[in-house]
Amino acid sequence: MSNAPVDNGRRRFLTVATAVVGGAGAAFVAVPFLKSWNPSAKAKAAGAPVEVNISKLEPGQLIRVEWRGKPVWVTRRTPEVLAQLATLDDQLRDAASEEPQQPDYAKNPYRSIRDEVFVAVGICTHLGCSPLFLDGNFGEQVAGVDHGFFCPCHGSKFDMAGRVFSGVPAPLNLVVPPYHFVDDNTILVGVDQGEA
Amino acid sequence: MLALLVPFAALAAGGGEYPLEKAPVDQDDTASLQRGAKLFMNYCFGCHSTQYQRYQRVAEDLQIPVDLMQQHLMFVPGAKIGDLMENSMADKDAAKWFGAAPPDLTLVARVRGADWIYTYLHTFYADPKRPWGVNNLVFKDVGMPHVLQELQGVPSLVDEERMVDGKVETHKVLKTDGSGELSTDEYDQAVADIVNFLVYAAEPMQQERKSLGIWVMLFLAVFFVLAYLLKKEYWRDVH
Amino acid sequence: MLTKLVAWMDERIPLTATWNKHVGKYPTPKNFNFWYFFGSLALLVLVNQLLTGIWLTMNYNPSAEGAFASVEYIMRDVEWGWLIRYMHSTGASAFFVVVYLHMFRALLYGSYQKPRELLWLFGMGIFVVLMAEAFMGYLLPWGQMSFWGAQVIISLFGAIPVIGEDLTLWIRGDYVISGATLTRFFALHVIALPLVLVALVFLHIVALHEVGSNNPDGIEIKKNKGPDGWPKDAIPFHPYYTVKDIVGVAGFLILFCAVIFFAPGMGGLFLEPPNFEAANPLKTPAHIAPVWYFTPFYAILRAVPDKLFGVIAMGASIVILFVLPWLDRCKVKSFRYRSTLHKLNIVQFAISFVVLGYLGLQPATDLFTWMARAFTLLYFGFFIALWLYSKNEKTKPLPERVT
Repeated sequence: MSNAPVDNGRRRFLTVATAVVGGAGAAFVAVPFLKSWNPSAKAKAAGAPVEVNISKLEPGQLIRVEWRGKPVWVTRRTPEVLAQLATLDDQLRDAASEEPQQPDYAKNPYRSIRDEVFVAVGICTHLGCSPLFLDGNFGEQVAGVDHGFFCPCHGSKFDMAGRVFSGVPAPLNLVVPPYHFVDDNTILVGVDQGEA
Repeated sequence: MLALLVPFAALAAGGGEYPLEKAPVDQDDTASLQRGAKLFMNYCFGCHSTQYQRYQRVAEDLQIPVDLMQQHLMFVPGAKIGDLMENSMADKDAAKWFGAAPPDLTLVARVRGADWIYTYLHTFYADPKRPWGVNNLVFKDVGMPHVLQELQGVPSLVDEERMVDGKVETHKVLKTDGSGELSTDEYDQAVADIVNFLVYAAEPMQQERKSLGIWVMLFLAVFFVLAYLLKKEYWRDVH
Repeated sequence: MLTKLVAWMDERIPLTATWNKHVGKYPTPKNFNFWYFFGSLALLVLVNQLLTGIWLTMNYNPSAEGAFASVEYIMRDVEWGWLIRYMHSTGASAFFVVVYLHMFRALLYGSYQKPRELLWLFGMGIFVVLMAEAFMGYLLPWGQMSFWGAQVIISLFGAIPVIGEDLTLWIRGDYVISGATLTRFFALHVIALPLVLVALVFLHIVALHEVGSNNPDGIEIKKNKGPDGWPKDAIPFHPYYTVKDIVGVAGFLILFCAVIFFAPGMGGLFLEPPNFEAANPLKTPAHIAPVWYFTPFYAILRAVPDKLFGVIAMGASIVILFVLPWLDRCKVKSFRYRSTLHKLNIVQFAISFVVLGYLGLQPATDLFTWMARAFTLLYFGFFIALWLYSKNEKTKPLPERVT
């Protein structure tokens, strides 16, 4: 080894500079690996907005469509059901929909764009099971309420606006997806009004 | 109308592989890619799928608005913008009609090369012995009809005498009868556009790859210089 | 804080001791040259292959119906999938470039000689497993070359007398290459062989650090120690060779990324054009050639006009490398101090290897077949000549210290 004096300042500067540039390089390399976990073009195509024709949807009836692999419910509520929804507030956890579980245009008493047509993602906010639509026999779960959703996994209960009852495991109301009416009888689930 | 001479296909009297013409590929020419996509969808896609690419990606990469794409370039009933570009011809029917199922063309530019496709689409000629009445100089006894005939006209292979080194030699030359919708130059351009589109389809990220590559090279150059200086600094201890 | 953690660890696992033994205080000859970059580069490429390979597995579909389409899915639909795939395909070729140069270094400086025979054997094990890994990996894209290349190579086993036909059937698990073959190759390529490879690399490094690194002068630095027991011609691996290897890595990455971003197919050498067509068991491509890194051995196979002996010759061309430490009977390691004959022999061997590699890519014309025969003889001639002349080779005096 030679005895030339060591310039420690230069040595430290170059070490830090190389480490920083090398570290930045490693971070750049990590990007493609991390981003490759995003939904692929195939997943995005499968998750494209879904058109639902509701011309044949009878009052009281519920249909299920698939959007991004999840069940989306579309139901036409009867005037009686709508009337009863307003009377349930004190039994509910979030009656006024304060939590951001819906787009702004569905933050209203019926959690919908049109009063009678209700659109929601049919996934329980507890642990992701799909609740059952109890059409007429929901009274077994909540006395005096004939229609509602009941999750068989852990017994969470929701009213016909997807609002969660108090005293069940689910913490939040059902999610209302972005949607809009293309025309009177067609709903496009997945995009807000005016969005491409 | 006078028969148009296609200077292109002067076939040497000898045998061997047919010499390929250089295809004028330009992946930055979006207008050419758009024309190519349109020609491809109209003339080729009826039989040939490009089932590994999606309509949406083609629309985005070629800057074609989605509504125009849907109106003018999507002919398969019920096809959605996010779908793969499959076509509805069943392989079995196709095999019956053409002798073999028309191959998928997504990757043809990587398999055969742009020059091969460019030359192939220029070297059909009338041959009454073949089922579709045409043969091809690059792909002998091909099972495909000359789908661009309405653009090019009917090409045929004729003898032409030429002076070479003071001697008269006979060459086979392709001539069209001039019945096509396009002039020779326009036909060359149309074929170039189709080839350009197929080159794109075979590797849609190629422009992104090259432009990113330049930044990677610059970054590595900086890193190399730093690493070299660092090594020099430490190795002063040794030398 | 960090010091405390290290101390806590050191009481439970030999952390500092291992670092010092293998990096911090590993005595490394101070005269390493260009040829000594390729060991660390091989490790870098291995890590690249493991990482990109794991990521490719996430989207690849190992079935005859889905394999080809899933590769195109990775190339088009998966974000950045194309880059990860090109890193892997280019990495495969880069692995062989680096490993061939690494092996050539050992040849130049006699790094296979006593006491490094076992080190060489582990290295040869890595090489053979790497070839198996590459061969099986090449089936996975399920293109025409994947299919017909595997068909040809597996058929080679059919040349073995008596059991040959049954053996090929057993390897394929079907009467032709099929989904059954694909899934077993997939399992071996992504799990079994990488495990073996990593284990062999570990043993290779343990063996290296036990005997110590050779150097371009081929003299043992351990024979000349200072009063402190540190070899006079050694420097600690860290920081001197870590910073030097980083320069090598940067240089390598410039070439590697140039291929990935500007010529991922490398003119048909790294990605063969026919392999962009899905496998078709009814139609063979006009010209089948293995990927470039197999072609020297493939040329030897084709040079022999008999199926069984061709296979034997090809096998022998690899097996003979294993016994190299015992074929070379000279006590001097580095070519620098060996006879002119030895230098010429190494040069002709390198040329023969490259020419055979070229011939293996070309269609077998008469001229090329005769050339392949001549260079096959030269290839084997290297080993025979080495064995003959190395016993009483006229060597130059070795220096006391490294130069």
